[in-house]
Amino acid sequence: MRPFAYVEGVSVADAAAAVHAAPTAIFLAGGTTVVDLMKLGVLAPATLVDVHRLPLGDIELDDRRARIGACVRNAQLAEHPDIRARWPVVGEALLSGMSPQLRNMSTVAGNVLQRTRCPYYRDPHSACNKREPGTGCAARTGWDRDAAVLGTSPHCIAVFPSDLATALAILDTIIYTRRGDGGARRLPFDGFHRLPGRSPERETVLDHGELVTHFELPDLALSRRSHYLKVRDRASYEFALASAAVALDVERGLVRDARIALGGVATRPWRCPAAEQSLRGRRAEPAAFRAAADLALADAVAGAHNGFKIELARHVVARALTELAARPG
Amino acid sequence: MVRLTVNGEHHELALDPRTTLLDALRDHLGLTGAKKGCDHGQCGACTVHVDGRRVLSCLALAVAQRGREIMTIEGLALGAHLHPMQLAFIECDALQCGFCTPGQIMSAVALLAEVDHRRELTDVAIRERMSGNLCRCGAYPNILAAIRRVRT
Repeated sequence: MRPFAYVEGVSVADAAAAVHAAPTAIFLAGGTTVVDLMKLGVLAPATLVDVHRLPLGDIELDDRRARIGACVRNAQLAEHPDIRARWPVVGEALLSGMSPQLRNMSTVAGNVLQRTRCPYYRDPHSACNKREPGTGCAARTGWDRDAAVLGTSPHCIAVFPSDLATALAILDTIIYTRRGDGGARRLPFDGFHRLPGRSPERETVLDHGELVTHFELPDLALSRRSHYLKVRDRASYEFALASAAVALDVERGLVRDARIALGGVATRPWRCPAAEQSLRGRRAEPAAFRAAADLALADAVAGAHNGFKIELARHVVARALTELAARPG
Repeated sequence: MVRLTVNGEHHELALDPRTTLLDALRDHLGLTGAKKGCDHGQCGACTVHVDGRRVLSCLALAVAQRGREIMTIEGLALGAHLHPMQLAFIECDALQCGFCTPGQIMSAVALLAEVDHRRELTDVAIRERMSGNLCRCGAYPNILAAIRRVRT
């Protein structure tokens, strides 16, 4: 690991300003991604600004919304009784990922900002445009079994790995930030993560030194009936091969509204608006869910070894919707 | 200087910021119970408690632990009296080589405190909640039996 200076953030504004002022400074929260990638030599910041003691660790609720601090631990969010009742997809997504130890350490913002598990990104000796722009993409001609089938570009096919972000993508989540120059922003979750395009090293719309401070979940008619289904190589403690976050608002057997997002198959959290639209006004039954699943994967493009993910993801979407429709309420 | 509280004792250490909590425990405090398995947060052998919650000491920077209460496997027994989980691991023969055992036991002790009612801890739930602790010898059936024994 390269030497670095450790700075404990004393306030949100000071922490953001400290990172803003130093081109190679980064924020440290739970550390489960950052410390790992520093050991691998993927990240080599000159300064770490620790934000985990800032007053960003609370979950506040009222009738209309939940306001979740950026440094809330993933375990804390997953276990919160009101979050589980009003936004079940959030807890289900969190409990399907990581180990309990990692959920105790890692934060909600760190989860949403976590880096890809693409093995070529994690190996400093491989070509990777995300880690080192302009060096190429070793995954495109290499072992791409785990790579994305949606949202890829000639420059990057790395999967975005967060289960939580897939759930937040269907919940009209708002992200609040504090910028290094003192300003603040309110960012819709849709569009927060960027497509890789020609610059896969830029993963979000955040500027350098911009600190995520809170997430806001509005109370939606369909958020109480929401569900996360994840398929992976092992039964536990593994990233998704394909996953789906779904929500349904059903009245007298007819779908009034639906939400679908895919995880494990795309380069960012992947909303499926055409599939959602196809369900509105339809009967909530497996045939409609299968048709929606086909639409969700309609634009998927396979590489050499990951073609199975397209069919797998179709089944995950259809099964997630079918399971959810069978739930009472 | 970094002030650490480990197993109730206060320490002041001069540490490079790169030092993980695991390396501080093992190399600076001589507490070699927590093990360095993968050193990347994947195996659970380094599991310790920080403020009562189980964490991976290999991914925690020591400098970030100011004021935290850290407990390692060395702090689990009360004098000569082993913790019930330690006894159960012995009685159930829940290990072979023993390398993962301190992490398994620290994880299992924390697990019991994480549930409201121990009857929630079905075999399936115990396996899921212990999935962050790998055992290359494959002692899982007896680890499960040991945790089940303490649960009841």
